[in-house]
Amino acid sequence: MRLIRENTSIDFLGPMRRKVALAISLLLVVASLASLATRGLEFGIDFTGGILLEIGYEQTADMQTIRGDLARDGYADAQVQRFGSDDVVLVRLPPQEGDGEEIRNRLRATLESGGEQIDLRRVEFVSPQVGAELAESGALAMVVALMLIFVYVMIRFQWKFSAGAVAALAHDAIVTVGFFSIFGLPFDLTVVAAVLAVIGYSLNDTVVAFDRIRENFFALRGRSAEEAMNISINEMLARTLITGLTTLLVLVALLVLGGESIAPFSIALIVGVIVGTYSSIYTASATALALNVNAQDLIEPIKDPSLIDDLP
Amino acid sequence: MNKYPAWLNTLVLVILLAGCLLALPNMYGSVPAVQIADNDGIAFDDARLQEYVQAVADIGVSPEAAYLQDGRAVLRFEKDVDLAAVGEELKDRYGRGASVAQTLAPKLPEWVRDLGLSPMSLGLDLRGGVYVLLEVDMNQAVLSRLQSYEQDFSDRLRTAKIRHRVELVDQVIRIRLTSGDDMLAARDAVQKADPDILITDGTDGKSLAVRMNEAQIKARRDFAIDQNVTTLRSRVNQLGVAEPLVQRQGEDRIVLQLPGVDDPNKISEIITATATIEFRMVDLSGDEPGSRRYQGRGSEPSAVLKRRVVASGDQIIDAAAGFSEGKPIVSITLDGAGGESMLETTMNNLKKPMATVFIESHREQIRVGGELRYRDYKTEEIVSVATIQGVFKNKFQISGLSPGEAGDLALLLRAGALAAPVYMIDERTIGPSLGQDNIDRGFNAIKIGFLAVIVFMAIYYRAFGMIANLALLSNLVFITALLSWLQASLTLPGIAGIVLTVGMAVDANVLIFERIREEMSAGQSPQVAIHTGYEKALSSIVDANITTLIAAIVLFAVGTGPIKGFAVTLALGIITSMFTAIIGTRSVVNLFFGGRKLTSLPV
Repeated sequence: MRLIRENTSIDFLGPMRRKVALAISLLLVVASLASLATRGLEFGIDFTGGILLEIGYEQTADMQTIRGDLARDGYADAQVQRFGSDDVVLVRLPPQEGDGEEIRNRLRATLESGGEQIDLRRVEFVSPQVGAELAESGALAMVVALMLIFVYVMIRFQWKFSAGAVAALAHDAIVTVGFFSIFGLPFDLTVVAAVLAVIGYSLNDTVVAFDRIRENFFALRGRSAEEAMNISINEMLARTLITGLTTLLVLVALLVLGGESIAPFSIALIVGVIVGTYSSIYTASATALALNVNAQDLIEPIKDPSLIDDLP
Repeated sequence: MNKYPAWLNTLVLVILLAGCLLALPNMYGSVPAVQIADNDGIAFDDARLQEYVQAVADIGVSPEAAYLQDGRAVLRFEKDVDLAAVGEELKDRYGRGASVAQTLAPKLPEWVRDLGLSPMSLGLDLRGGVYVLLEVDMNQAVLSRLQSYEQDFSDRLRTAKIRHRVELVDQVIRIRLTSGDDMLAARDAVQKADPDILITDGTDGKSLAVRMNEAQIKARRDFAIDQNVTTLRSRVNQLGVAEPLVQRQGEDRIVLQLPGVDDPNKISEIITATATIEFRMVDLSGDEPGSRRYQGRGSEPSAVLKRRVVASGDQIIDAAAGFSEGKPIVSITLDGAGGESMLETTMNNLKKPMATVFIESHREQIRVGGELRYRDYKTEEIVSVATIQGVFKNKFQISGLSPGEAGDLALLLRAGALAAPVYMIDERTIGPSLGQDNIDRGFNAIKIGFLAVIVFMAIYYRAFGMIANLALLSNLVFITALLSWLQASLTLPGIAGIVLTVGMAVDANVLIFERIREEMSAGQSPQVAIHTGYEKALSSIVDANITTLIAAIVLFAVGTGPIKGFAVTLALGIITSMFTAIIGTRSVVNLFFGGRKLTSLPV
């Protein structure tokens, strides 16, 4: 069976198409950055510090009552929302004074004041200080990963490919995070992990394409770099789409079945895989092309001059 | 063509079997159990184990299996046993010296246990429990040391008849002398107290500024955090939690992980609990007013002790085990007030015995008429009795102990109280219902995602797809095997990592199969197509996976908590999928198609 017919020859990298792709990418990146700058992210308590309660009720929870009870007892700034099902509620509070035990007991008393039986499924107290540290280590992880990947691709290929790969990865990371900003989705620590996984995935795609491009630069001597790259992308098209598809299959299973707390993670990966598939076709190669990549770049320089026995 | 040598096929088979064996313990499920551990970390022997079995038999329950594991005793029961009753019985009998935890234990047959195999350990988000990150107040730790220096210097200067005033400001001890003529003598007296301490002369010619040097400050900080870890660990042991984790993290943090605890208030108890030491003179006549008999710890005999406390634990600054003239000793440093009292006592009681008493306050939850209540109680035990050999004050030694006892006593003395206050900066409690939910949902997602991929691959690549599916299945086995073997905790993000791996693992095979198809349509014979397909896809697969591995390793190194769990399974998944896709499927392909005359390939 085939999803893609054999020997496709779609012109992915023609000058016109490249411009359109560039425009789309720019639009996505600019929209993401604009949203990040104006709306910011809906940071979870992992990053802001604060208190999070996941409460199980015996019947459908009455949001109005819960909000009312909390406001009455001095928690007017509590965010209350349903979490996955009707009988589970998530309450988020900014950091509070007093020790954990005292706060917990007060909150429990407030929530049980109407006589409901509640099951505290999850209670998290994160100090703002820890939150700041987690945000810092997440950002650090992202930068370090990008740098190491740049170096690896440079060693295995060449700096123009490195630049292409990192441009594609930065593109994917920005658009994925931007998606969370534009749609106001909760951004927690697992999303950072997901964005890094997206970087890993997209890179996987990009490197596979580069590998074929390198092979074809030598196999198809005499053709222009643009042609060779276009042929490579066409040859890899089936593989790129099928891997994307199988990955999306499991991710959709994870989103639908994995439960509410893992949903942001699944969404980040789904967005990332789609954007990553697009970027490994367009962004990575187009960037390398824009840097005038050619077959000469991949020929290993002769390191030991004594091997050259006939110098003029 | 396309034949693997026999040894390579055997190797693949052996690795697969080893993977199955390591993954096997996960197939058995769990049953209720109690786990008993010695509070002082002493390993149990069979006699101890039989004692517990007998104790349980006395209330008419017989364990389904009883064995020792890492020096702890585990009694396993059938599902319908009243575990609470068993736990209570054991606690009543042995609760003082051992910690009794109600838990779940994997129902492994004996031979699996004998091989030292165990199932994956589940993270707190899957099994429920409490995670706490504590910060140790390091300034306070250094400050309390400076306070005792301050007292010490003052005493010494007074003894040397130097008129002075001392104050402690911003971690610097300022000594103001009444007369500038005393400068040299004062400097001398202070330097004698501690040759390493830094002393600078004041510009006014009649004052000294004294501060601890870098090494001393670092030593003090290390001491404070290590002692807090020791103290908290021994306190956690008394909580009766199976497999607790108490660990130093970085410069000034301590992590507590208490699986199965669903009441976070218990944590506050651990942190606020107090334990201390007292030194009292033995009442040899036995009838002084206020004297009473104290029990001995372990083999230590009981004794009648006087009412007056010579010095107490909150006056101990340091305690260390060591040797003096070849004999084991415990060196103790008291603060100023403790030293004064000790000086007075030893001067008046030469050659008389003094006892060291270990006191602990406990709080436990008990059930009174179906209602949970707290019960507070205190244990006071004599840990050693020693004869006063000379006059001493804030620094002295306790002798007459075996090397092991000296080490234990030093530990106990230090473990008595926290060296510096701790604050909770991160506390996460996952209730048991959410834990079970997470497990169910996570595994469900793996199952359905896995099935979807398998069906797709079988339809799309036919026979070769089935071979890839075989690889995928063994991939899951290998990940399970490695997680069980490494005893890395599986978390919810870890499950997500596995799901992602399942999706990505087929990538290597897709690369290979697409390449085989390409070679076939370029007119190559099937055998050559298989050979070239595997060969040419190899560099892409390795490059692509190594770059993803880089991302996973960075995640592991920089990330915390949930990120680490994800990184571990992602990294393991990359490694196992490379093996199964490149070598594993190749050996199966070779087995089925290698060396035959083929006109087409089911790819």
